[in-house]
Amino acid sequence: MLSKNFVPPASPLEKEVPIPMTSSIVPGSLCMSALLQTLDSSLSNIHFQYNGFLSGLLLLSITRIYQERNLEGAFWFAVLLNLKHIYLFVAPAYFVYLLRCYCFQSHADGRIRWDSFSPVRLISLGIIVLSVFAVSFGPFIHMGQLLQLLSRLFPVKRGLCHAYWAPNFWVLYNVADKAATVSASKFNLLAIESNRTAVMTGGLVQEYDHVVLPSITPFVTLVVTLLAITPSLFLLWSRPRGPASFVRALVLCAFGSFMFSWHVHEKAILLIILPLSLLMLYKKKDAQLFLVISTVGHYSLFPLLYRQQEIPIKVCLLLIYTLYIYAGLGKMFGFSWSWSSLPLLSQAESLYILGLVPLELYNSVIHSALGLSERLPFLPLLLTSFYCAVGVTYSWIKFYWLTFQEKPRKTEGKMQ
Amino acid sequence: MRDKILICIIIALINILIRWCVSLNDYSGAGKPPMFGDYEAQRHWSEITYNLPVKEWYKNSSQNDLMYWGLDYPPLTAYHSWVCGFFAHHINPEWVALNTSHGFESKGHKLFMRYSVILADVLVYFPAVYLFFNQLQSLKTSDKVKGMFMMLLYPGLILIDHGHFQYNCISLGLTLLAVVCLTGGRDLIGSILFCLALNYKQMELYHAFPFFSYLLGSCFASAKENGFLKLVKIGLVVIATFVACWYPYLSDIESAMQVLHRVFPIARGLYEDKVANIWCSLSVVIKIRQLLTVNQIVIMCLVTTFVAVLPSTINLLLKPSIDRFKLALINSSLAFFLFSFHVHEKSILIPALAVCLFIPERPMSSLWFLVISTFSMLPLLIKDGLLIAFVALMLIYVILYMSEFPMSATSSESWCLKLCRLVFYLSLTGALALTIAMVAVEPPPHLPDLFPVLISAFSCGHFVLFFLYYNYLQLSIGSIKPSVKEMEKEKVQYIPKESFKTGPQDISHLVRKKRI
Repeated sequence: MLSKNFVPPASPLEKEVPIPMTSSIVPGSLCMSALLQTLDSSLSNIHFQYNGFLSGLLLLSITRIYQERNLEGAFWFAVLLNLKHIYLFVAPAYFVYLLRCYCFQSHADGRIRWDSFSPVRLISLGIIVLSVFAVSFGPFIHMGQLLQLLSRLFPVKRGLCHAYWAPNFWVLYNVADKAATVSASKFNLLAIESNRTAVMTGGLVQEYDHVVLPSITPFVTLVVTLLAITPSLFLLWSRPRGPASFVRALVLCAFGSFMFSWHVHEKAILLIILPLSLLMLYKKKDAQLFLVISTVGHYSLFPLLYRQQEIPIKVCLLLIYTLYIYAGLGKMFGFSWSWSSLPLLSQAESLYILGLVPLELYNSVIHSALGLSERLPFLPLLLTSFYCAVGVTYSWIKFYWLTFQEKPRKTEGKMQ
Repeated sequence: MRDKILICIIIALINILIRWCVSLNDYSGAGKPPMFGDYEAQRHWSEITYNLPVKEWYKNSSQNDLMYWGLDYPPLTAYHSWVCGFFAHHINPEWVALNTSHGFESKGHKLFMRYSVILADVLVYFPAVYLFFNQLQSLKTSDKVKGMFMMLLYPGLILIDHGHFQYNCISLGLTLLAVVCLTGGRDLIGSILFCLALNYKQMELYHAFPFFSYLLGSCFASAKENGFLKLVKIGLVVIATFVACWYPYLSDIESAMQVLHRVFPIARGLYEDKVANIWCSLSVVIKIRQLLTVNQIVIMCLVTTFVAVLPSTINLLLKPSIDRFKLALINSSLAFFLFSFHVHEKSILIPALAVCLFIPERPMSSLWFLVISTFSMLPLLIKDGLLIAFVALMLIYVILYMSEFPMSATSSESWCLKLCRLVFYLSLTGALALTIAMVAVEPPPHLPDLFPVLISAFSCGHFVLFFLYYNYLQLSIGSIKPSVKEMEKEKVQYIPKESFKTGPQDISHLVRKKRI
């Protein structure tokens, strides 16, 4: 059903691109998305979650918005939200887009027409979303379980970082704190209570106090997250350029909340990569960014598949996917392999991506060969998170920059 | 060029991935004491070879009970087992401890064994397949790549090596390398490689006749060089390779005979389990084993096999050419499979290797054979708990194969080809029906082996027909009418190629067009 309905910008393109048999690496967008799902599906099927099903619903919802069937889009998103509240991260983009582009009309130059407000549309949206929530939450409200339910959904007690650290800003923060602690204790600058220097990546879900830097509370993360996503929402409100800008705002919301939220799961990176894949076929810069974030993001999921017999599976899947997408996008935008850099990427980016190879070698071979598994069991996790956090932060800033660089509507108006 | 390398790498990775997924399944005899299965046999050989001196490997002794998975492959397998035993010992001595490790099973050891097969596969079989298709000059690059993909993905070999657990990839890979060398005119290296294959698994004898008659024939066919000198050279090289492999056992006749006796076990019986060859299928009607003594059966097998091999061998001997040679590989190995003594169902992989060489040229008949050959091993695979892997791999294989080599009917083809296609689909349906019956239907109590026997008879019928078909192909090379050749080629239809150049501008152009 999904593949039939899935008509994002890319699929008509596919038909117009002749695909030569000799180089079947040229991306057909659907193949690409299918391949993109490989790691996701290995995550779903080995780690066991229903991400494939949920991602399908998300894509369905985005597709409906592309088709300007906004009510259906809102309906599917509300369903999705009630299936897994991780999608709350991207809800602001939906809210702003639907309010701005469904309930209001625009002038030819893109400014909002305040007089065009349609209460009927707003009310119908509200009814659809609220009725989905009523069906979902109704029984619990009726039983008086709402507060208990919410406390399960938003576990502020669980700690700033998940058991395996998601590669976000707080990893960098933690590492900075740790580094400061170590150097401080070395130079005796700070009297540190010994019981607070416990290993942070204990593999346990727990709260953790920073030593040098101020400790972070859930409220702080909420504020920072809101600050991080506000500019993207503002941009979407002031200069909406059709569904593509909606997807950009969606990705930025996912990015912002991934970077700064409380207790982020590393799986949430899929929420960034999936919608971003819808944009990669249009602009070289987006494709470039997508290559970085998808490689790093997929690699950051490796610690989830930790058993020995899963190593060949995850390595093969990542390699197949990465080779395919680098070659495919590189060919599409007229770049080929060279010795100095990967297709589309700058030298620094290439170096960073290739750095994943020694990192993985260290994690799966050298670390245990050195006999450090006992003494520093979580060092590979820490390294992976830190290394990937650098890439994710870079991609986030760059994507923000690219989105604000987008040309005003007039030049692209013909495309609409 | 870069694209081609990249595609080959991706194909290799996909194949490794699929092999690894199959290897997560159980192996033969997992958790089934007291005898376990081929997995335990390989582990046991590592144990024996690592702990005992070379001379003791094939001898019954207090340390080496030949009744418990005694070594019954030629010396190269034994050396390979020693290498595996060496690494196993250094990782965990328990894995190959003499006598105390019988039936040892653990997750770590399974990983080690599975890695050892993957490694052998990637190091020997993958390069052989690449080299074979790479040096075919008559094919387009795309066909080479597709052929490579489909040959590597052949479910039979994957299921037996990475599921059931054996190292067929080594002997088959060595044979394939020998074929590559012979195709490239490097007859001496080819002979060495084939001798190595023969010394890894004696079953490679199935392929020996074509190698022998091709090399002999080519010695006398070429007017340019001195045929006799070449014959002497090949003979010396072959003898030298054998001597090198058998060196530890050549000091006295007795130990050499002991190895030979282990490698060719007359006492083992006409066939094992339900195998899709003539004797097993005939046993439904005639109980040969009760009518004749073992020695009579052996002679009967020898004579019939020899007669069956004769046409293709003589044809190749008289008119040696690479095309005939490749077909003779199929004919000879099928003849051995159908008529020889003590055949395993796994031995069908040997003819299948030769059939794989024809994937790009004769897509339909190759697919047909490859599917039926894998299907003929179904009872064994079910016993090993590989049913899901079997079904998944077969579906993947048939779907990918059909999409790589489309077999849709054309209006211009002859009625004969149409009939072939119809029979092909009927036969696939039959195989599917038998698979479902085997899995889901309870056989009547007085016929507990009903479905395995049906499967072997069904497959045997196919193999006999394939045997006749490939013999016909080989014998009619040269005399064949061009129209028939074209007909064969028509089976493959290609989507017309268009040159493909798309820069960023082209993309935006397409986008714009679409949006309007």
